[in-house]
Amino acid sequence: MDLARNWRLKDQRFRLEGTVCAECGAKFFPPRQVCTECKSTNLTPHEFDGHGELYSFTTLRSAPMGYEDQLPYVVGMVKLDEGPIVEAQITDVNPDALKIGQRVEMVTRKLRAYGDDGVIVYGYKFRPVANGA
Amino acid sequence: MKLMKPKRDVGIIGYGAYVPRFRIRAEEIARVWGGAEDGLPIEEKAVPGLDEDTVTMSIEAARNALARAGIDPQQLRALWVGSESHPYAVKPSSTIVADAIGAAGSILAGDWEFACKAGTEALQAAIGLVGSEMAEYAMAIGMDTAQGRPHDALEYTAGAGGAAYIVGPAENALAILEGSYSYVTDTPDFFRREHQHYPQHGNRFTGEPAYFDHTLRGAQGLLDELGYKPSDFAYAIFHQPNVKFPQTAAKKLGFKPEQIAPGLLTNKIGNTYSGAAMIGATAVLDIAKPGDRILMCSFGSGAGSDAFSFVVTEKIRERVAKAAKTMWYVSRREVIDYALYARYRGKLVMN
Repeated sequence: MDLARNWRLKDQRFRLEGTVCAECGAKFFPPRQVCTECKSTNLTPHEFDGHGELYSFTTLRSAPMGYEDQLPYVVGMVKLDEGPIVEAQITDVNPDALKIGQRVEMVTRKLRAYGDDGVIVYGYKFRPVANGA
Repeated sequence: MKLMKPKRDVGIIGYGAYVPRFRIRAEEIARVWGGAEDGLPIEEKAVPGLDEDTVTMSIEAARNALARAGIDPQQLRALWVGSESHPYAVKPSSTIVADAIGAAGSILAGDWEFACKAGTEALQAAIGLVGSEMAEYAMAIGMDTAQGRPHDALEYTAGAGGAAYIVGPAENALAILEGSYSYVTDTPDFFRREHQHYPQHGNRFTGEPAYFDHTLRGAQGLLDELGYKPSDFAYAIFHQPNVKFPQTAAKKLGFKPEQIAPGLLTNKIGNTYSGAAMIGATAVLDIAKPGDRILMCSFGSGAGSDAFSFVVTEKIRERVAKAAKTMWYVSRREVIDYALYARYRGKLVMN
């Protein structure tokens, strides 16, 4: 069931926790231990605010094992406002209504379940920005 | 003195709602199973998507509550999720929610279950925890993705949604607690045995001896203990398994239709079980003004009611707009047919 592997990733998946370089300020997601900009190893955890824009997307009609139940679904590349590009499912949307450049925000959803008796994995997806305030 | 009120004054610091976007119309359920000739209990109900459950919905409501409260999630000392649809039989929903919102670590977390009043049971406990000064802030969530057996009367109403509340000291509250009152008896009107997928209910037995007896005693008990009458309240919210029950209870207690209308959401999202009274109260807080007195009275089968009286403060003005409003979630809707509903609710046998 990959319990340990999924557990190790929970900070990334729940809160978009990456790293920021203490020397040059570069931000990374997923987290890196060495800065690709200045080669510093002085990096600290950084929680991204989860806002960005849709860089590209496609609709999957054939899924990897464990994700078949959700077909068809949209996978997109999201350029976070703070820099990195994140690959994730796009949820709460009809694929026909999506546009490149559209504002999106991170939500936490079920990524997959390991069968009816296995662990349920939760993590980030993105959806068009909700402006209900 | 049967009123419950902590020695330290407490109140609601932040609140947040969540409703999934899918809706199935009651007439669509009637198209499949018949029964429309007897009248339909609601217009439509909310249906969770394939990637949603009580945990994910609680996380979004909790984030909305944090946004309004403006506190660091690490200041929470308890996070409790009340639900009858926890994704795991054994393993807390609340630890997942706590970690997702950044509250994990030095915090109590646990799941509550009491049919439709698990959320307000958690709220009572949060009030006690903060009121005793064991904690500065505590979060109580009522959330459900309720299941109704196909062709059962509950299938028309078993909806999805709920709300999260952060309890804290009165001086930082957007609504201050005046007191609460709880009334509980052993009344087996609705239950689900271990390993059973769908609940059983007592049809008409769920009405007079269960919903009405406990709701009326709960609400009247609070009014009597506080020395208030219905006209002292700007709004009242009752548990809402359908539209008619809360309307009837409110009328028997002496509340006017306009006092309960803003918090009566069942017609549009269905019965959200543990979330029902709590999300109704979030819709009221979204429009409330400083000085408004609000009565919230839950009901849970089995059976019992928790009734609360809150008075809204000036802090409501600055906090409402910090998160999505409840009616935005209610109006965000995509209608699906029974086939998609059956798929989304796991009613198709795949192996």
